[in-house]
Amino acid sequence: MNYRELLADDPFWLVLIKVELVFAFLMIMALFMIWFERRVVGRMQHRPGPNRAGPFGLLQSLADGLKLAFKEDIRPVLADKWVYLLAPVISAVPAFAAFSVVPMGGPVTIFGERTLLQVTDLSVGVLVVLAASSIGIYGVVLAGWSSGSPYPLLGGMRSAAQMISYEIALGLSVVGVILYAGSLSTLDIVVAQGQQGWFVFLLFPSFAVFCVSMVGETNRAPFDLPEAESELVGGFHTEYSSLKFALFFLAEYVNIVTVSAMATTLFLGGWQAPWPLSQVEMFNTGWWTFLWFMGKTVVVLFVFVWLRGTLPRMRYDQFMSLGWKVLVPASLVWIVLVSGVRALRNADVTTTQILVVGGILLGVLVLLAVLLPERPVPEDDDSVATAGSDYPLPPLDLTVPPVPRRAVVRDATTDGLRPQPAQVTAGSPDEREEERSDGTS
Amino acid sequence: MLQPYVPLVLMIALAGGFAVFSVVIAPYVGPRRYNKAKLDAYECGIEPSPQPVVGGGRMPVAYYLTAMLFILFDIEIVFLYPYAVAADALGFFGFVAITLYIVAIGLAYAYEWRRGGLDWN
Repeated sequence: MNYRELLADDPFWLVLIKVELVFAFLMIMALFMIWFERRVVGRMQHRPGPNRAGPFGLLQSLADGLKLAFKEDIRPVLADKWVYLLAPVISAVPAFAAFSVVPMGGPVTIFGERTLLQVTDLSVGVLVVLAASSIGIYGVVLAGWSSGSPYPLLGGMRSAAQMISYEIALGLSVVGVILYAGSLSTLDIVVAQGQQGWFVFLLFPSFAVFCVSMVGETNRAPFDLPEAESELVGGFHTEYSSLKFALFFLAEYVNIVTVSAMATTLFLGGWQAPWPLSQVEMFNTGWWTFLWFMGKTVVVLFVFVWLRGTLPRMRYDQFMSLGWKVLVPASLVWIVLVSGVRALRNADVTTTQILVVGGILLGVLVLLAVLLPERPVPEDDDSVATAGSDYPLPPLDLTVPPVPRRAVVRDATTDGLRPQPAQVTAGSPDEREEERSDGTS
Repeated sequence: MLQPYVPLVLMIALAGGFAVFSVVIAPYVGPRRYNKAKLDAYECGIEPSPQPVVGGGRMPVAYYLTAMLFILFDIEIVFLYPYAVAADALGFFGFVAITLYIVAIGLAYAYEWRRGGLDWN
């Protein structure tokens, strides 16, 4: 049974239904995620979270969305009109487009037509997801630029720098998966994981890099620096209100759902059943597969919320150096390692060849290590005292500096000059007393 | 051959329609009671800075360095993907070639690291 043919012979009405269902699914998932996040973070902070609108507060985010629609729509006078209006669209559209290549389930029958739970399968599926997230950055940076206001501009630049940095790490972490699956198609990757085992076990370093960079890519806590409230008000969407703000919010949460679904697809086996159940044929077919996909995605979504509830926000320079100095080199080394092992396994190589190439590689690594900057030797100053812990002790022999005005007065009197009469009318009584006594002496 | 892309285009059209509809409808649905303070740039309540940021704004040069580095590595990724797909067919020769390629880019990367291009302050 060829999965791709199953998908290719979809009639047009089925394609339309799928597109609309996935669109509605993403909307509902975004609303669900907002509610889920508020509830879980609420529990983590010992409070109930939203619980008024609907059962368990489930309708809270719908109510919030409706309220946003009836808010005043403001376009600042300094804003660049067309770019300002276009930015939310540019941000929202790729978020939805990326999800169309995600395989949500195995072969099922919809209205008598056998098909897969996937809008489309492209031979460049993973690239489409990466491209969509790249285009989403345009929305962010254009929104920041066109608002004509300093905070959004700074927030937009920060977001852009952050997202492109973590996009590199994200793209590099996927290379290992492609190497083992031998294809860029998301469907092939899921099928390959059914045969070779889930890639999270096979390629754990890739999975770790992917997890960190997907949080950075979606601007989520602890990497939510673009909207660091204490620094930049709201980041790139400070000047946006009403439905335009809602579009940014929607895009952010749809992106979270998409990267969670991609983590599921690339590393957690997609719609394959988890291990003990995967032995039973029934669980790998039909609508069961959708259940597995949803279960894994919700687990990844929970991790997103968990991170937000646990970790404080990082500093910007720490964040950028984590991306560029840890994740990127680590994934490059990992790629070389994985492809080397794979190439050696496939080709019959002699020990001499391995040793020669290994020696060359080691030499190159040593050369690179020489090029790395030396860590500046911390100057040995004994002025920082500690009381047995890392926390520096404040100086204990504090001398209170003299009050400047009084010193001036004293200098003037020792010089034998009359002090100038005080200009201030209000002052503490003893100060005035002193001046008077100084003056008479 | 382009037939699998039709659903993607439909999805973009649907999402684009929704987004454009939202942007267009927003001023008509909500109330419209504008005043000068609302239309000014938001700077925490103080008078906004006199010159517009757009056009005259300056940016720290570190952002450009990051952008250049991004282009470098994005191109590297673009070359790594076809290699990864065809790795088994290319065999050991492909591995050596891609290793040399990664090292070549790694030299530029190490140079920028050494020159402090990756440091933010």
